Amino acid sequence: MSILEVKDLSVYYGVIQALKGISFHVNKGEIVALIGANGAGKTTTLHTLSGLISADSGTINYKGHELTRLPSHKIVTFGMAQVPEGRRVFAEMTVLQNLKMGAYTRNDKAEFEATLQRVYRRFPRLEERKSQLAGTLSGGEQQMLAMGRALMSHPDLILMDEPSMGLSPIFVNEIFSIIEDVNKDGVTVLLVEQNARKALSIANRAYVLETGTIAKEGDAKELLNDEAIRKAYLGE
Amino acid sequence: MSFLTYLINGLSLGSIYAIIALGYTMVYGIAKMLNFAHGDFIMVGCYIIFSVSAALSGNSVIGIIVAVVLCTILGVTTEFVAYRPLRGAASPLAVLITAIGVSYLLENIALLIYGADIKSFSSVITWEGVSFAGGQLKIQGVTIVTILVSVVILIALQLFINKTKQGQAMLAASEDKGAAALMGINVNRTIALTFAIGSSLAAVAGALLCSAYPSLSPYTGAMPGIKAFVAAVLGGIGSIPGAMIGGMVLGIVEILSKTYISSQLSDAIVFGILVVVLLVKPTGILGRQMVEKV
Repeated sequence: MSILEVKDLSVYYGVIQALKGISFHVNKGEIVALIGANGAGKTTTLHTLSGLISADSGTINYKGHELTRLPSHKIVTFGMAQVPEGRRVFAEMTVLQNLKMGAYTRNDKAEFEATLQRVYRRFPRLEERKSQLAGTLSGGEQQMLAMGRALMSHPDLILMDEPSMGLSPIFVNEIFSIIEDVNKDGVTVLLVEQNARKALSIANRAYVLETGTIAKEGDAKELLNDEAIRKAYLGE
Repeated sequence: MSFLTYLINGLSLGSIYAIIALGYTMVYGIAKMLNFAHGDFIMVGCYIIFSVSAALSGNSVIGIIVAVVLCTILGVTTEFVAYRPLRGAASPLAVLITAIGVSYLLENIALLIYGADIKSFSSVITWEGVSFAGGQLKIQGVTIVTILVSVVILIALQLFINKTKQGQAMLAASEDKGAAALMGINVNRTIALTFAIGSSLAAVAGALLCSAYPSLSPYTGAMPGIKAFVAAVLGGIGSIPGAMIGGMVLGIVEILSKTYISSQLSDAIVFGILVVVLLVKPTGILGRQMVEKV
């Protein structure tokens, strides 16, 4: 059953068309990877889904709701959260304050406490550093905070934009295994990654973006063994 | 003893600058714009108190309440009509120039309604004040009230920012509007709220300013507005305690240099300090340079 259905999505930056009518869907419970080169339109796609960029045409249907023209702060309330590229934690606020901001749309105090404990269990380091300013965390810890913050809003679908960017190899492995864990807990994941090998290895399905169009789609394991993909994106 | 009197007067003037500077700094912090019309909101507040008090035969309390309400509406309306459409404009100069335009507009509307002649403003604080040491040290009521009001405002703002959800949302939006929107924060509404707070503070500052310096003209707000801007930059623009410290420093320096150096040069000294501080510490006293972490 598809949770997210995108049809003919087009986005222009001035006269340049960044997305040329792409269509894709995400099924409930899946990890779907969106791979492609720099400038292919991956981040644009995620930003359009979460309302940071408005679409020029096309539709975004999420759990039966039409999200296409809604502002970002409304979209979160439907249960779609984004872990933005470059983490974008609130550096001048503490870890706990960041997590509270993640739960901004939730008003139940008891639910907040329970969710906070769950996030702390998943990211023990965040609990250790809850009173520390987010700007003083290492890159990997900031990535965990960005993920924890997104989880605080109780999303059914989480959009992750380049979670491994700029991290040391140890952290990269940790982050990917966390993504798998989050998914096992029932959160659907749409993952944008430059690290195509890693992304394909944990994803169920994948779409390959090339200059604003979907060049290829299919089962992640098959794409991992696809000759052209291996040449273009896996550096072989 | 007289030095102490001057110091306290400086603290009082500084408190007024601080209250105005809070409006500048909060708006800058979140909207990343300098609202150069902010000083004129003070003037508007003063005229409202002046008119309402005259109409109600001297009831200044109602005058202050009306001024705070109308200035809040003025601030939010200005933001909505003049600044919001320019957010995300190609050049940040567009909104800056618009703010200067709003400033002239307000001054000229006041000129049209009240004329250019200076009105004598009767103090909203009727308390005489206190004397110490057998009358050698006399502190005026308006001086004490001004300092107290500014301290109360500072504490209230700090509590609001740190303890309420809206305050935290304001902090988040001032750091990263995109990320704040992803959290579910309505950024436009948060900016409007900031303008509302800043403008209501301008009305309070107006009441205190005109009580201490009781001559009211359409240009009453211009100079204190600019000095409060200097105070905000001095303290570190975007920082609330910074605005407070900047305002106090500026007020004390102004009064002391008026007294001991030259009353003509006092403004030159005040702006000279700004130049020196910007040369030595461009981010201001409490301003922090953010280090980007990858």
